[in-house]
Amino acid sequence: MKPRIYIPRDSGALSLGAEKVAKAIAAELSERGIKAEIVRNGSRGAYFLEPMVEVETDAGRVAYGPVKPSDVKSLFDGGLLEGGSHKLSLGDPEAIPFIARQTRLTFARCGIIDPLSLEAYEHHGGLAGLRKAVAMTPADIVAQVTESGLRGRGGAGFPTGIKWKTVLDAAADRKYIVCNADEGDSGTFADRMIMEGDPFVLIEGMAIVGVATGATKGFVYIRSEYPHAVAAMSRAVEIARKAGVLGATVLGSPNAFDMEVRVGAGAYVCGEETSLLNSLEGKRGIVRAKPPLPAIQGLFGKPTVINNVISLASVPIIMDKGAAFYKDFGMGRSRGTIPLQIAGNIKYGGLFETAFGLTLGEIIDDIGGGSATGRPVKAVQVGGPLGAYFPRDLFDTPFDYEAFAKRDGLIGHAGITVFDDSADMLKQARFAMEFCAVESCGKCTPCRIGSTRGVETIDKIARGIEPEKNLALVTDLCNTMKFGSLCALGGFTPYPVISALTHFPQDFKPAPVAEAAE
Amino acid sequence: MVLQPASTEIEAHAASIVDDMKDLEGPLLPILHQIQEEFGYVPQEVLPVIASKLNLSRAEVHGVVSFYHEYRKHPAGRHVLKLCQAESCQSMGSDAVAARVMQALGIDFHQTTLDGAVTLEPVYCLGLCACSPAALLDGEVIGRVDAEKIDEILAEVRS
Repeated sequence: MKPRIYIPRDSGALSLGAEKVAKAIAAELSERGIKAEIVRNGSRGAYFLEPMVEVETDAGRVAYGPVKPSDVKSLFDGGLLEGGSHKLSLGDPEAIPFIARQTRLTFARCGIIDPLSLEAYEHHGGLAGLRKAVAMTPADIVAQVTESGLRGRGGAGFPTGIKWKTVLDAAADRKYIVCNADEGDSGTFADRMIMEGDPFVLIEGMAIVGVATGATKGFVYIRSEYPHAVAAMSRAVEIARKAGVLGATVLGSPNAFDMEVRVGAGAYVCGEETSLLNSLEGKRGIVRAKPPLPAIQGLFGKPTVINNVISLASVPIIMDKGAAFYKDFGMGRSRGTIPLQIAGNIKYGGLFETAFGLTLGEIIDDIGGGSATGRPVKAVQVGGPLGAYFPRDLFDTPFDYEAFAKRDGLIGHAGITVFDDSADMLKQARFAMEFCAVESCGKCTPCRIGSTRGVETIDKIARGIEPEKNLALVTDLCNTMKFGSLCALGGFTPYPVISALTHFPQDFKPAPVAEAAE
Repeated sequence: MVLQPASTEIEAHAASIVDDMKDLEGPLLPILHQIQEEFGYVPQEVLPVIASKLNLSRAEVHGVVSFYHEYRKHPAGRHVLKLCQAESCQSMGSDAVAARVMQALGIDFHQTTLDGAVTLEPVYCLGLCACSPAALLDGEVIGRVDAEKIDEILAEVRS
């Protein structure tokens, strides 16, 4: 057997030099006259170890990382292909604590297989869910997903099965499945990793929803900031179509389902589902009022299932292993697993898929190892730019939709951004307002105008101009935005602002003005 | 000096792009992407062409082009450098990275150096949040940007 070397092509790994490492390894192989197969896999998500190179040996895989091009020669000298010892050796990748502690259901194959090999996908359990689904009635598929307790992983946490049922029950000549891959929240990268590292699982998930609801056409709307994900998904769709996974007869069944990859154009608000639908239709990404729900009148006015990447990518395993298997993980009304994305100023950052219920403290201190800079952690923003900033006092909050809501926060898309004690929370609150002002679609006045007024008022507080009065004004403004905006952009911008005000009041005290000498 | 093709040439080229893509469902964004891909920006003179072929008003097409941050009204520099300025990168000093790059290039965000070498833009998240601060240079992702990597980037855009 030809030796096999895995070098990730996930964009996180590429950003840390994986391409140069791959070139160095290829050059070293040819110089030594060794024939080996290089597989470009996705990432396992332990970004503090990327670029992580793995070698398949008789005793299983052996990992090395983080590898620099200058390490390649010594790796080969140390017997890389036999899993030889080296200062960068990490041993069995599955035994690395960050990876061993996870429960990988949705990300079971991510970082392990060649993302564009349908054969490898099937060999690792892929397509089993879709095979079961095409043999079932639509109502049974929907019932199974409902029973699993899967809730929308995009942030809203709406029960996925209920959304599907509405579309299944809607009578129409044409229905659509739309995958929201406009992952714009800072601190999140789970969607990107799946699309780059295991795109077939998303295709399989979408095909299952197609069969379950009678929809025949799907769109994946990917943000333009993700060029590698766009390329991987587009290629995977072609491969799936050629193999008969997509097309007029899905896996030989009477169901037709095909899909297209579409690219966004740099508007954050298009991550909001109705604005995404407008964008897909070729319009300005303006938010629509609900009702009508997209499930009744969505894309081009037809019944439409619109789900996040992770929700859809979790469907194949639910169909394969059953609702009870999935539901068994988690706590309260948050069932199954959630891919945490531990980001920002963190020592061990990356993707960590686990059952709901870990506390924020366990995630930051225990798994993440504290801040990257080694300074004390001051604040953690959970759920992206629209999520609340939590101080250390709230680190006992379990990762669960309801537990976060109870403490005026949200888990959103499960991005966790860590800040050390050099963070200025007034600046962060100002940024939240500024971001909302730039990205507002302009439909609702509190969002469009309020965010600009918010920036101005926070600037006044920073300059020490009537701080008491202006703090009251910001609070009042947040209240207006929260209740007077149609979507989460205007409605949730108050979360980071108010949480910064509530938990870090010292940062909003005017700096003592230096008295002129004498 | 980059020679701009004459307007009629631009219009004819745009018309063929629209003809190729107008049967897509919701064709406007894919058409605009393709136009920007081929011209490097969305020239004003293509808007009436698109409008007439898609049976839209010019105002509607203008509205869409101006809504999205991605579409340029003018050609960019030979290199496009995007620096992530979102929260995760802020927590790892993206402000300082931006300040240093701006000082070295003598331009602000949304500007192009006078020699046309590089256009500098902010971007709000590249999905490299466990490798902050991050940047995108001509479509190449760069993580954990530090002083050394800034120097490499500057050398690349000036070459």
